Amino acid sequence: MSQGGRDLRLEGVTKRFGDFVAVDDLTLSVPQGSFFALLGPSGCGKTTTLRIIAGLEDPTQGQVFIGEEDITGLRPYKRPVNTVFQSYALFPHLSIAENVAFGLRRRGIKDFKSRTRDMLGLVQLEPYADRRPAQLSGGQQQRVALARALVNEPGVLLLDEPLGALDLKLRRQMQIELKRIQTEIDVTFVHVTHDQEEAMTMADTIAVMNNGVIEQMGHPEELYENPETTFVANFLGQSNLIVTEVLSSSPERVSVDCHGQQLEIDSARSHTDSGRGWLGVRPEKITATARGAEGRNGANLLSGGRVSDVSFVGVSTQYLVAMPWGQELMVFEQNTGQRAQLRNGDEVDLAWAPEHAFLLDARQDAHAGVMTPEDLE
Amino acid sequence: MATTLTRGASGAATSGGTARQAPPRKPRLGRWMADRAVLFIGILVLVYTFVPIGYIIALSFNQPSGRSATAAFEAFTWGNWSTICDPDGLCESIRLSFAVSITATILATVLGTLMAFALVRHSFRGRAASNLVIFLPMATPEVVMGASLLAMFVSLGFDSVLGFITIVLAHVLFCLSFVVVTVKARLVGMDSRLEQAAMDLYANEWQTFRRVTLPLAMPGIVAAALLAFSLSFDDFIVTNFTAGQSVTFPLYVYGSKLKGFPPQLFVVGSLMFLVSFAIVIGGELWRRRRP
Ligand SMILES: Nc1ncnc2c1ncn2[C@@H]1O[C@H](COP(=O)(O)OP(=O)(O)OP(=O)(O)O)[C@@H](O)[C@H]1O
Ligand SMILES: [Mg+2]
Repeated sequence: MSQGGRDLRLEGVTKRFGDFVAVDDLTLSVPQGSFFALLGPSGCGKTTTLRIIAGLEDPTQGQVFIGEEDITGLRPYKRPVNTVFQSYALFPHLSIAENVAFGLRRRGIKDFKSRTRDMLGLVQLEPYADRRPAQLSGGQQQRVALARALVNEPGVLLLDEPLGALDLKLRRQMQIELKRIQTEIDVTFVHVTHDQEEAMTMADTIAVMNNGVIEQMGHPEELYENPETTFVANFLGQSNLIVTEVLSSSPERVSVDCHGQQLEIDSARSHTDSGRGWLGVRPEKITATARGAEGRNGANLLSGGRVSDVSFVGVSTQYLVAMPWGQELMVFEQNTGQRAQLRNGDEVDLAWAPEHAFLLDARQDAHAGVMTPEDLE
Repeated sequence: MATTLTRGASGAATSGGTARQAPPRKPRLGRWMADRAVLFIGILVLVYTFVPIGYIIALSFNQPSGRSATAAFEAFTWGNWSTICDPDGLCESIRLSFAVSITATILATVLGTLMAFALVRHSFRGRAASNLVIFLPMATPEVVMGASLLAMFVSLGFDSVLGFITIVLAHVLFCLSFVVVTVKARLVGMDSRLEQAAMDLYANEWQTFRRVTLPLAMPGIVAAALLAFSLSFDDFIVTNFTAGQSVTFPLYVYGSKLKGFPPQLFVVGSLMFLVSFAIVIGGELWRRRRP
C-alpha cells in the first residue's frame, strides 16, 4: 500500500475531557499520499482527532505515528503536519501574503516570496496579497487558510471542513483543485467533513465516526453498498431498514423471513447470522411494479405495498410505499421515461436483487444516523 | 402631506397637528434641527473642553505687568516661550517628573503585562484572589494610599532617601492595576487558536510570542503604557506624601500657587497639550497608513 513508508497511524488514541470521552480508543492507518475522509455528525470528535494528530491536544492514551516515528510527544512545530483550521485562524495583523509566507519564513526558506506568490495564484487570490484577512469574504479567507497550510508541502495535511463556507460552485471547483494538488504533490490528506457527497467523491478511504468511535472504514463504494451498522446505513445516503427473522444461512446466502415473505441476502453482506436482523436496501435499488405484473427470477420480492406518496424531483421520482405491517418504504426511480409513473394508491410489488441488500444486527437502533431536518443546515 | 408621512418620529413631534395646512417649511426646520441635535451637543461639549486649553495657550503669550501671571491678558509677547527655564526650579521639576513617569511607566507596563498574561493564560492556585486584589489600588483613596506609603517608607527607614526612588515605587504601585486591567481586557478577547495556528506553522514558543501574541496584544499594551504615563505624570496626592524634598512638576505648580504663577507655567501647559495632540494625530495617521 505505502510507497515511502510515511503512513499516518493512530493507535488506541483516546481523549477525555473530564468524564467526557471525545475520542474513544481510535486506531487507524492512512497510507502515505492517500486521501482520507473523516465523516460524522457534529460533536463526534473529528476536530479533536485532527488536533491530536497536529499536536495541539495531548491524547489521554494512545500513540500517533508517522512512518515508524512516534510523534505523540512532539511539539506541534516539530511535526511535518499542517492544518487548515475550521475557523481559519488567519493572523489578523498580517497581510494575506504574510499569512501564507508565515510557515516558510519560520523554517528559514529563502525563496518564500516566489512560493507564496505561486500559491496565491493557485487559490486565485493574487490581487489580494496586500489585504488584511478582515477585508476578505468568508470563502476567500478559507482559501487563504488552505494556501497557508499547503504552501509548506507537509507530509500530512489536516483539513477541518475547509470548504464549509464556500458556495456550491466554488466548492466543487475547490474539491477538484484539492484532489489535483493531492495527487500532484503526494501529500496525505486527512479531510474532515459533514458533507457525505464531498467525502465520497474525493476520498480513497472514508471513516464514518460517531460518538468518538469509528463505525466503519473503507472505500466509499464499499461503505455505501455494504454498511456494517445502522448508523452508517443511514448516515451515508438513505436506507430502508425492515425487521426480519433469520431462517437459515449458507456460505452464499442467508434466508430471512420478512413478515411472512422469504427473502435472500448475500452472505458477504450479512452482518448477523441468527435471530432478528435489519434487512437494509437502498431506495434506488428497489423496483416497484404493479401487483403481479411480471415474474422475477431470483429477485427478492415483497408484495402487498400501496403507493402512499409520489414526489417528482426531475431526474427521479421518489415514492413512499406503505407495507401491510405499517412501515413506509422509500423507492427512487430514475426518470428514464420507459415506464409509466405510478400513482398514489397503486398496488405494487417491490423487487431487488439479493446482492443489493444487507443484513444488520437488530439490536442496533434503526434510526441511528438518520438526518433530521435540523442537521441539514 | 407627503412630507409629513416620510418624516421621522422626532420631526413629527415638533410640527404636531399643524402639519395638515402648515407650509412645508416649518416641519422641515424641525427635521433639520432634529438631525443636527447630536452635532450641536457635540460642538458644545467640545467648546466646554477646549475653552480652558485655549485659555492656557492664550495666557502663554501674555506679558504680565508683575513677575507672576495674571488672569487678565495684558500684552502680547513671545518672551515666555524663550525663557521657559527662567523661573527657579521649573525645568528641574519637569525633568524629575519625566524621569519618574518614564521609569514608572516602563516598570508598571512590563510587570502589569506579565501579570495580565499570567492571570489570563494560566490557571494557578489563587488566581481568582489575584484577580480581585489587583483592583484594590484602584479603589483605595489616593490620600489614604499616600499616607500609608509614607508611614511604611518611614518605618522601613527610607526617610533619608525619600525622593526619586520612593516616588517611582509609589507610582508603579498605583499604575500597575490600571495596566493589568487594560492588558487583560485585550488578552481575554484574543483567540488562542491563532497561537495554535502559529505553532502548527513551525513557530516555536518564542517565535509564536514574538510574531503573533505580542503584536496582537500590542494595542492593549500601548494603551496601558499611555494610561500609566499620564496617571504618573500628573499625580499630585501620592507624590506629595512620598517625595520628601524632591519637587515634581505637579508639586511645583502647587507650590507656586502660594508665590504666584510664573507665566512660563502656561507655556509648559501648552507644550504638554501640543505634544500629546501630536502623538494622537501621529498615531491615527500611522494607523490609517496601513492597508
Ligand atoms: N476543550 C474541550 N473541553 C471539553 N470538551 C471538549 C473540548 N473540545 C471538544 N470537546 C467536546 O468533544 C466533543 C467533540 O468535539 P469536536 O470538536 O472534536 O467535534 P467535531 O466532530 O469536530 O464537531 P463539528 O462537526 O461540529 O466541528 C464535543 O462534544 C465537544 O463538546
Ligand atoms: Mg469540528
